[in-house]
Amino acid sequence: MTVKFSITVNGKPVEGETEDRTLLVQYLREDMRLTGTHVGCDTSQCGCCTVHIDGKPVKSCTILCAQVDGCEITTIEGLAKDGELHPMQNAFRENHALQCGFCTPGMVMSAIGIVDRHKDESLDEKTVRHELEGNICRCTGYHNIVKAILAASVTMNKNA
Amino acid sequence: MYEFTYQKASSLDEAKEAYGASDEAKYMSGGMTLLPTLKQRLARPSHVIDLGGVNDMSGVVIENDKVTILARTPHAQVASNIELQRVLPALAKLAGGIGDPMVRNRGTIGGSTANSDPAADYPASIVGLGATVHTDRRQISGDDFFLDLFETALEEGEIITKVTYPIPDRAGYMKFPNPASRYCIVGVMVSQRGTTVRVGVTGAGACAFRVPEMEEKLACEFSPNAVADIKVPAEDLNEDIHASAEYRAHLVTVMAKRAVAEAIS
Repeated sequence: MTVKFSITVNGKPVEGETEDRTLLVQYLREDMRLTGTHVGCDTSQCGCCTVHIDGKPVKSCTILCAQVDGCEITTIEGLAKDGELHPMQNAFRENHALQCGFCTPGMVMSAIGIVDRHKDESLDEKTVRHELEGNICRCTGYHNIVKAILAASVTMNKNA
Repeated sequence: MYEFTYQKASSLDEAKEAYGASDEAKYMSGGMTLLPTLKQRLARPSHVIDLGGVNDMSGVVIENDKVTILARTPHAQVASNIELQRVLPALAKLAGGIGDPMVRNRGTIGGSTANSDPAADYPASIVGLGATVHTDRRQISGDDFFLDLFETALEEGEIITKVTYPIPDRAGYMKFPNPASRYCIVGVMVSQRGTTVRVGVTGAGACAFRVPEMEEKLACEFSPNAVADIKVPAEDLNEDIHASAEYRAHLVTVMAKRAVAEAIS
């Protein structure tokens, strides 16, 4: 069985048809070739597959494509505008917040969610570490990731 | 995943009709338990009926002496409800400790309750706060709801619509999470309302259960010490690579003590 759906991916409308059981991450990677969204654990623990659905971070390995009919999806590819990195991407670069880079797209998407949830207050390290619990990094020890998120929260709130 | 037919229902009637018309259907709310189960091929429904399109099933309502959480309310919304944080902080804390922020954006109280996953958080609150589970056809007392591993009092095709909690005088929730999945190895909700004390345990057994011995002691003296020497029997408790039954039995006492300490703090 197949199912038809219309979604917006990184600002572009997409009319699609796929198997009922297709996961969002499969569709993004295999049909749309948006391979920036990674699959790490495939059991909703590592967070590599995090994308935004209607502005909220969600693990795209644990949601069916059919479920997101009518939704707006943002992937890591949709963050940079006109060749300018998103402040969070920039902060990751400046703080050397990655080594192998496999978890990075999910980290960045999740990190933007953290800053969004704490718009009205200044973020502290404890909150960032706590709310990063859904993303696993096997290289960095998290220190520079946390630094990057704190740095980006300042720039993002200034720009908002 | 095995193949299935996906259907999105826009009303409860439509969902029930779709359920009745298929051989082996499963309802899906947020999908945070069902989809991992399907991915592991532990279930093979013919149809997955998505309740995500049903309107007016999400929200937290606080009245004089009770809290109502509609079935499709995501954990993130329960956790961040400022009014709930004031009247029943233990429940807001429980919701805020489920999974991680991404899981909390999708997972719902109805789905968590209906699944009766032995390691889920919400069942501890249903039993430990004396909640009532409302469905499309009746009300079920929290004490009668969880029957066994992934088994509840829900009948074929029955849908949870909301859960109501009486507001206790004080309550506390503590869990020992699996560090990767954040599922409970053991979680304990303790509450006191008038002379009634409840101790609801999740993670330790096949499904959530109460500990009457702890409740009796706490009714006389509501302090962590009152439960310090009470140990639930390890036989019949869950055992896996993360924790032995003996260790889980020990954790029930430790978490109960901490939950009481939190309730009186």
